[in-house]
Amino acid sequence: MTNVNSRKVTNNIFLVILIVLAVLSLFPVLWVALSSFKPQSELFRVPMTFLPERWTLENYASAVSQGNFVRYFLNTVFVACTSTVLSVLVNIMAGYALAKYIFPGRNIIFGIMIATLMVPLQVIMIPIFIQLRNLGLLNNLWGIIIPPAATPTGIFLARQYMVNLSNSMIESARIDGAKELRIFVQLILPLSQPIIATITIFSFMWRWNDYLWPLIVITDNDLMTMQQALANFVGQLQINWSNLLAMTTISIIPVMVVFFAFQRFFMTGITAGSVKG
Amino acid sequence: MKAKKDGSDVRIRTKGNFNQTLAPMLFLLPNMIIFLLFIIIPLFQGLRMAFMDWGIFVEPQFIGLENFKDLFHDEVFLITVKNTIVYSFLTVVLLTVVSLCLALMLSRNSMKGERVFRAVFYIPSLLSMIAVGIAWRFILGDELGIINYVIRSITGGPGVQWLTNGTLAMMCVIIVSVWASSGYYMIMFISGLQAIPGELYEAARIDGSSAWSTFWRITLPLLKSTVLVVLVLATIASFKAYELIVTMTKGGPGYATKFIVQQVYQVAFQEDRMGYASAMSMILMLIIGIFTLVQFKVAGKDGQYD
Repeated sequence: MTNVNSRKVTNNIFLVILIVLAVLSLFPVLWVALSSFKPQSELFRVPMTFLPERWTLENYASAVSQGNFVRYFLNTVFVACTSTVLSVLVNIMAGYALAKYIFPGRNIIFGIMIATLMVPLQVIMIPIFIQLRNLGLLNNLWGIIIPPAATPTGIFLARQYMVNLSNSMIESARIDGAKELRIFVQLILPLSQPIIATITIFSFMWRWNDYLWPLIVITDNDLMTMQQALANFVGQLQINWSNLLAMTTISIIPVMVVFFAFQRFFMTGITAGSVKG
Repeated sequence: MKAKKDGSDVRIRTKGNFNQTLAPMLFLLPNMIIFLLFIIIPLFQGLRMAFMDWGIFVEPQFIGLENFKDLFHDEVFLITVKNTIVYSFLTVVLLTVVSLCLALMLSRNSMKGERVFRAVFYIPSLLSMIAVGIAWRFILGDELGIINYVIRSITGGPGVQWLTNGTLAMMCVIIVSVWASSGYYMIMFISGLQAIPGELYEAARIDGSSAWSTFWRITLPLLKSTVLVVLVLATIASFKAYELIVTMTKGGPGYATKFIVQQVYQVAFQEDRMGYASAMSMILMLIIGIFTLVQFKVAGKDGQYD
């Protein structure tokens, strides 16, 4: 009895702590989103109110009509989607090769790929810039689509998942005379749907939220992405907060939609990375 | 390694032998090309550039250790190194503690709504750091931010200079970083916690050990490899922090929240001293490498990362 009681007390204490933390966790996002629906005159008015007194879409209208906003949005959609498709393809193939074939150097290759976690873009941005210039990929959306497509995390997730697929299944397909490519396309890909979904979601989110790649590669105003646009907007001397908050909210929505639609894949993605390392 | 017995006869009998050697190479090829072109080659190129005088309009020239010698007298660079290390250390420690506490509260399976809380704490991790910086700058603003508004209306005095006082600004950047990523590491800890067999807790309960000693004797030792992964990933992530300060503080006030990456970007792309900036990058990589190695040595005796 005492045990049940003390458990109840603990639960209630935790519940209070968790509710406070949950409010702290959500407040900034809600505050930005709600403020973006306030008319400019209400934004910094004293006394401040949590909810807009008068809901308005005028900030959105002026943000969208401003300069290149729609262009930035479409650029980001294009980059995030293309890069995600490429990333899934490239990482799944590599993960499969590393998980299901025995060949000399396979562990070394995998080790090197994982070790590149320690060489993030931030460390090699200067030579990357030069490399992309030599390849003619500066000021070219493909310059922010192709290079980040192969990620250590993606390969890790793919390999981790595929190691657990049955060997005998692959071998019996071989005995039936199936070619390697056919085994991959018709047998492995359908079985890998969960990990494909996970890599798709993470890749989309990373590319959507990315700032540094576009910053290095894109200087042409017509090719910029949302994050760049947001950062440039903040860089102005006088920040137009009403517009900025509307733009920020728009930039957050796609990722939120993806999250709520595919929540369980988010969790498996992070989990797979931590269970064995 | 896989069992060889069934694999090897199949290999001998099928004429696919050649295909089976070639196939993995072809599957790996696109990935390896990208790695080679955009990580490996640039890495060596960067190393080379660190020993050169290199700019877009300058004829590249080998100058030995000159860049590195200059770095040790470059006050701004030394400040960014100090800032980066202070920021990373405090962020990683806080982040690990906070996300572990969240995970401990949310993996007991004895409360309704655990899943909802997990999702709520994860939401900040979905935002880009650019957006996080904007949101918090809006909230912490000296004159117009909501927090100072609340402080002023309660105390009647002036607000706090969250982002215009150097020490406070650094503190805010750290706390915001913890706010932004603790949900991500919380999920990692939760999965680590769920892998601990329940019988161990049952046995500890029968032995009458307190929650406190159960945590130190059972939970933490068995969570060691997860802790290591979280430490390593969080450390690498914090050393490359850049986006957040772009929108939140712009590195200021003064140099108070300026990190190595921002300095590298500025020196390379705005001052066109790419060789010198490459030397800074190499120092950054060295620091990341040292911290990672130390973590493996200290925490990773039996934790594996493969």
